[in-house]
Amino acid sequence: MTTTHADYQLSQLDQLEAESIHIFREVAAEFEKPVLMFSGGKDSIVMLRLAEKAFYPAKLPFPLLQVDTGLDFDEVLSTRDNWVDRLGARIHIASVDDAIANGVVIDDGKTSRNRHQIGTLLNAIEENGFTAAFGGGRRDEEKARAKERVYSHRDEFGQWDPKMQRPELWSLYNGRIHAGEHMRIFPLSNWTELDIWHYIDREQIEIPSIYFAHERQVILRDGMWLSLSDAVQPVGNEQVETKMVRFRTVGDKSQTGCVESTASTTAEIIDEIAIARVTERGATRGDDRFSEAAMEDRKKEGYF
Amino acid sequence: MGTPQTSSDHGQMDLLRFATAGSVDDGKSTLIGRLLLDSKSIFEDQLEAVEASSVSKGYDYTDLALLTDGLRSEREQGITIDVAYRYFATPSRKFIIADTPGHIQYTRNMVTGASTADLGLVLVDARQGLTEQSRRHAVLLSLLRVPHLVLAVNKMDLVDWSEEVYDKIHKEFTTFATKLNIPDLEVIPISALQGDNVVTRSENTPWYSGPTLMHHLENVHVASDRDLVDVRFPVQFVVRPKSDEFHDYRGYAGQVAGGVLKPGDEVVVLPSGMTSKIQGIDLFDQEVAEAFPPMSVTVRLEDDVDVSRGDMIARVNNAPKPSQDIDAMVCWMTNEPLKPRQKLQIKHTTRTARAMVKDIQYRLDVNSLHRDQDTKELGLNEIGRIQLRTTVPLLCDPYSKNRTTGSFILIDEATGVTVGAGMINNAS
Ligand SMILES: Nc1nc2c(ncn2[C@@H]2O[C@H](COP(=O)(O)OP(=O)(O)OP(=O)(O)O)[C@@H](O)[C@H]2O)c(=O)[nH]1
Ligand SMILES: [Mg+2]
Repeated sequence: MTTTHADYQLSQLDQLEAESIHIFREVAAEFEKPVLMFSGGKDSIVMLRLAEKAFYPAKLPFPLLQVDTGLDFDEVLSTRDNWVDRLGARIHIASVDDAIANGVVIDDGKTSRNRHQIGTLLNAIEENGFTAAFGGGRRDEEKARAKERVYSHRDEFGQWDPKMQRPELWSLYNGRIHAGEHMRIFPLSNWTELDIWHYIDREQIEIPSIYFAHERQVILRDGMWLSLSDAVQPVGNEQVETKMVRFRTVGDKSQTGCVESTASTTAEIIDEIAIARVTERGATRGDDRFSEAAMEDRKKEGYF
Repeated sequence: MGTPQTSSDHGQMDLLRFATAGSVDDGKSTLIGRLLLDSKSIFEDQLEAVEASSVSKGYDYTDLALLTDGLRSEREQGITIDVAYRYFATPSRKFIIADTPGHIQYTRNMVTGASTADLGLVLVDARQGLTEQSRRHAVLLSLLRVPHLVLAVNKMDLVDWSEEVYDKIHKEFTTFATKLNIPDLEVIPISALQGDNVVTRSENTPWYSGPTLMHHLENVHVASDRDLVDVRFPVQFVVRPKSDEFHDYRGYAGQVAGGVLKPGDEVVVLPSGMTSKIQGIDLFDQEVAEAFPPMSVTVRLEDDVDVSRGDMIARVNNAPKPSQDIDAMVCWMTNEPLKPRQKLQIKHTTRTARAMVKDIQYRLDVNSLHRDQDTKELGLNEIGRIQLRTTVPLLCDPYSKNRTTGSFILIDEATGVTVGAGMINNAS
């Protein structure tokens, strides 16, 4: 047996953990067919860790679902495989390329991969009949997300209606849905970016190596450092440079920028974030920067 | 951010959840924007976006409410429609803020934000004084047993920092509050727009000697607000690995709602009444010596008793009585009124059942606190006392004793929407 808590106080990180575990168990108990949307990023890894804790020593009572954009970083895929192996989890892969090939989503050549993920994801949810989908969204990420419930209702078209959200009281979650609808579940709602890093630090869990500082060939585009890859090549007078960088979020290669950094441990990352002046999405996600309501619009359509 | 949490004790800080309340335009969102800004919790890109949109709207000053009014329609109408959750931390505390709407039409969203709050922050526009809506919100905070309350007399800049105005509102509110259940009240004169007495002490209010809002938020004592005496453990999920390694493992997973559980404790499982002893308490792959609220743990029992989701583990001599007759205060949250004989779904802890409305005893007038006993129904945003009969027994306590085992939600059986929030007075 371990520590006794003489004063019966739970630290804020332990409170967040307890709240998230409670959410996982509620969903597993009340929904017929939940699934965990796994992006391979730090938030979905923390989600996976919390799910592991919620059901231990049993295995996860639901599979994972990953949308394969075809532009995922190799480091992210290998970390994913390690987690899936260790947990003995089942995973569904929904490929954007397949969805385009099958005509499920239309590629007009102008729309970003990120938007194509929406159609691919909704199609995978519908095809498999998933009734609840865990997402790693946090309310501190963005002001439309700051408005969302832990249980976020989606209609038959996968849409979110921000003006008609159900009241959500205490920790009494209402999981009632009609056939064809599903619920998005956000167990990390109340976590901040800093909480996530402190948790990764405390739990000593594996995350993709691209979160830590490393040398990389990069191109400066729209004020963002993008990694040189098959998807990102210099155009016009753009220069390829070699820099010490790390990623603050992971999305697809064509959209996700990195930041200059020398932080090579979780502790150093925590120090760096604590004094950061720009949000993680503002800094490194091209897809969120188009308009003031970019995120709200994508959420309404069924984005993560 | 300007208050670095570089020390390893970020995870160790304690947590305060607070919710704003008050009428439309009293300055709730502006105040939260101000708190975030002055505590240096706003990122440059966020502030730039808000400054730019204030300019494009032709405002003379930066509209700080835009920092939390995150929906397109909120920005268009200049009001808050749904709760926004915001976060910030000082070296000693992490804060979870629920910025709620003041508009009466969105009262249910205010109740959503306030239901989990440790502290309610009621704003009043100094020029207007208490309005029906500020009273309604104070009544709701008191019904929800939010243990700490701050009355922020806002827009003091528009009343020339008048001590008389402050005193008048202070008196009016304390008189009203004596009829409510408000254990701890602080009244602070502020200007959310200009920042007076929010984070820094104002030179405009030499007559005020109390704390700034931030000082109060950082120091209000919330640790003692939980029940550590009466053991309540609603079972959420039965963990049965059915693997070779854990062949015989059978654990009851849940979040402690009250009291302290220890291995060796004699316990009773409700509603069956079977007794057993706690064999062990697991937190992931560790065994712990104790579990207390709000820990999420897995409890193993010595005997093979029948336990499933919806059951409750309590102490042999201290257990709630299973009951199908519930007397409660409800806040009604949908257009179609609540009527006697109506059937609804009820969710209480981890138990879901059907319920019928036996009687509506009275409707509470939020202004006068008069109990209208002639009422035949409860309309949208109305509060009243009702009697319910449930299809299966609930394992409940009065809400005044335990906010978890004393609360429930009502769900419309056809639409699946949450239509009522209930706080139990008594079960018999
Ligand atoms: N002069 C002055 N104006 C203020 C002050 N606080 C808020 N305001 C203004 O009052 C108006 C309403 O402020 P909001 O913060 O949107 O009010 P609210 O309480 O959040 O309103 P709802 O959320 O819609 O209920 C805005 O124009 C603010 O700039 C203050 O202390 N002094
Ligand atoms: Mg507001």
